[in-house]
Amino acid sequence: MNKFKITTVAAAFAMTANVAYAEVEISWWHAMGGALGETVNQIAEDFNASQDDYKITPVFKGTYEETLTAGIAAFRAGEQPNVLQVFDAGAATVIGAKGATVPVQDLLIDNGVNFDINDYISGVRYFYADSDDKMIGMPFNSSSPILYYNMQAMEKAGVTAPKTWEEFQTVTAPALKAAGYTALSQSHLPWIFTENFMSRHDLPFATNNNGYDGTDGTKILVNNDAIKAHFTAVTEWQENGYFEWFGTGWGDNQTPFEEGKVAIWLGSSGSFGGLSKKDLPFDFSATLLPYWEAVTTEPKQTFIGGASLFAMAGHDAADNAATAAFFKFLTSPEVQYFWHKETGYVPVTEAAYDMATKDGHYDRLPAAEVGIQQLSLPAGENTKGYRMGFYVQIRDVMNREYGRILTGETSVEDAFAAIETEANALLARFAKTQN
Amino acid sequence: MKRAGFSTRWLPILLLVPQLAIIAIFFYWPAVHAVQSSFYLQDPFGFGSTYVGVDNYADLANSGEYLKIARFTLIFTVLVTFFSLGLALLLAVKADNVIRGARSYRTLLMWVYAVAPPVAGFIGLIMFNQSWGPLTELARSVGWDFKLGVNFNDTATAMVLVSVWKQVPVNFIFFLSGLQSIPKAVREAALIDNRSATGRFWDVTFPLLAPTGFFLLIINITYALFDTFGIIDTLVKGEPGNNPMTLVYKVYVDGFRGNDLGGSSAQSVVLMVLVLALTVFQFRLIERRIHYT
Repeated sequence: MNKFKITTVAAAFAMTANVAYAEVEISWWHAMGGALGETVNQIAEDFNASQDDYKITPVFKGTYEETLTAGIAAFRAGEQPNVLQVFDAGAATVIGAKGATVPVQDLLIDNGVNFDINDYISGVRYFYADSDDKMIGMPFNSSSPILYYNMQAMEKAGVTAPKTWEEFQTVTAPALKAAGYTALSQSHLPWIFTENFMSRHDLPFATNNNGYDGTDGTKILVNNDAIKAHFTAVTEWQENGYFEWFGTGWGDNQTPFEEGKVAIWLGSSGSFGGLSKKDLPFDFSATLLPYWEAVTTEPKQTFIGGASLFAMAGHDAADNAATAAFFKFLTSPEVQYFWHKETGYVPVTEAAYDMATKDGHYDRLPAAEVGIQQLSLPAGENTKGYRMGFYVQIRDVMNREYGRILTGETSVEDAFAAIETEANALLARFAKTQN
Repeated sequence: MKRAGFSTRWLPILLLVPQLAIIAIFFYWPAVHAVQSSFYLQDPFGFGSTYVGVDNYADLANSGEYLKIARFTLIFTVLVTFFSLGLALLLAVKADNVIRGARSYRTLLMWVYAVAPPVAGFIGLIMFNQSWGPLTELARSVGWDFKLGVNFNDTATAMVLVSVWKQVPVNFIFFLSGLQSIPKAVREAALIDNRSATGRFWDVTFPLLAPTGFFLLIINITYALFDTFGIIDTLVKGEPGNNPMTLVYKVYVDGFRGNDLGGSSAQSVVLMVLVLALTVFQFRLIERRIHYT
């Protein structure tokens, strides 16, 4: 008996020692709270269960901004995680800091993982790439702004979801107003009505190839007639009771749609999962983001929003091999399809998109396909992405000025002049930090 | 009178060392760093920094937005200080007169003291919720279409209200103990000289409360300038947008949200100078004119 006990203990000890020796532990800092966070944890658990060599630990770090700041502070202290989630607006900061990350394309190839950028759907391919089209960050939770609508409201008003803004202001909005609804709200003015306004209409957003060709002399091109006409129209919609703005916060603009007061809401394709899980008092569907026929008759694909995963530099080869293995797992069609189904974020590879199609996911939920359809529309010269430094602050300036337009504190003309001046000053400051 | 003293010179210094070390590590060292980095422009990841002289300060002085924020901070500080002191004094004078159930009244008035600023902000968010907040509905019932996070003045009002609500109990406790330390003889003498309660308050009670009031004035100014951070951050939901903000919140927004360390450091140096000026003002100008008993 005693002997048996000793051998078991010894064996158990040997096993744990063995595991501890062989298993490489890596960390993953992310900004996915709530239900999204649970899905992230599930993916990490599945990865850990799928093999014995590596173990990844996800850590929730707060909002996108907080996660980026935490990652930067950790890097400066030499305590950086292996994988850091960075959102679209932070891309220029992290990609500009050469030596802070290991380009994901190099990481995968060096660790013997097959990599072909064309495996990725066209809308996500180059957003986190450098000017030579090398992928630096791994697209993770990719989304695009799409139009959600309350089906009962549309039926009551006798209209369909608008394809163009012209249709919205002449047909859809008046009918919805007559039926007792506020026609429209949206959740992110810089993202939906600025960045993606540019890509949808194929307008340049910044000089130097939208900022991809370097920081020196990059200037924002936001002060143009098309977008000013758009914002002038938005203020008219607001006066006519077609549009309401509930502040800069995302949720404050989504809630009135969920309550059935607002008939059309512009949000993220990644909001689909959350909306589906809620017990809404109506049925909803989604369609592509409208465009102005006066600006273009050939609307293009939009930019991706959301965030990507960066492999932080300064880790040893074993750690990097673990990170590469995790990225390989993450981009496998099965995992992408799981993530897509659970959250509504688009699958980032063609293979995963195929798998979802073949599985009948879009027959069951046609609205789930809208985001990826929009990202797969024809590309234009200006739809690859944009790269501007201190972009978080530039967005804050936009939010401030847009808020002032919508509360009548400033005019469209003055607001865009202010955005242009302040954004260019920030870009010039950022260019100085990069030398 | 017997004076206590140390027999050696080194013992007191030794005893002071922990305190001095804490001050040096947690105050002087970061302060020196802030001053230093305010003259540089830094890459967020710390790969390089460029010396830019006083550019960061010049940018601040030339920024219309920064001056707007400074103006808001001033108005906000005056309003918060005035109303939290005024309300607390009123409540303390009234509570001082209550005889029956005094203890329960006082406890209820002090209660909010235990609430942390972000929690106070969160309670504010609930009270001012756009679609069902009780205070929003109250405002609407009197024809004020109150919109937190949309309208600048409405958001500013909510910030002042929550900040005052949070600070009144602290002031109340100090004022009440100040009132209770006024000798009974003095009050009785005043009662003979002046029959008007208001007159007695301004002639006798208020001057005797001056040391407490002055101390609270300084405490409240620093509270409004710095400690309201949590309330502001919660009320704007972390999205500055077109919402009002104070200078301290701006330091955070630029440094920790925007990763512009040079610009943010320059702003915090400006605040340091402000605090220094406030301290000099406290000791040099006012302290002399108030008599502590």
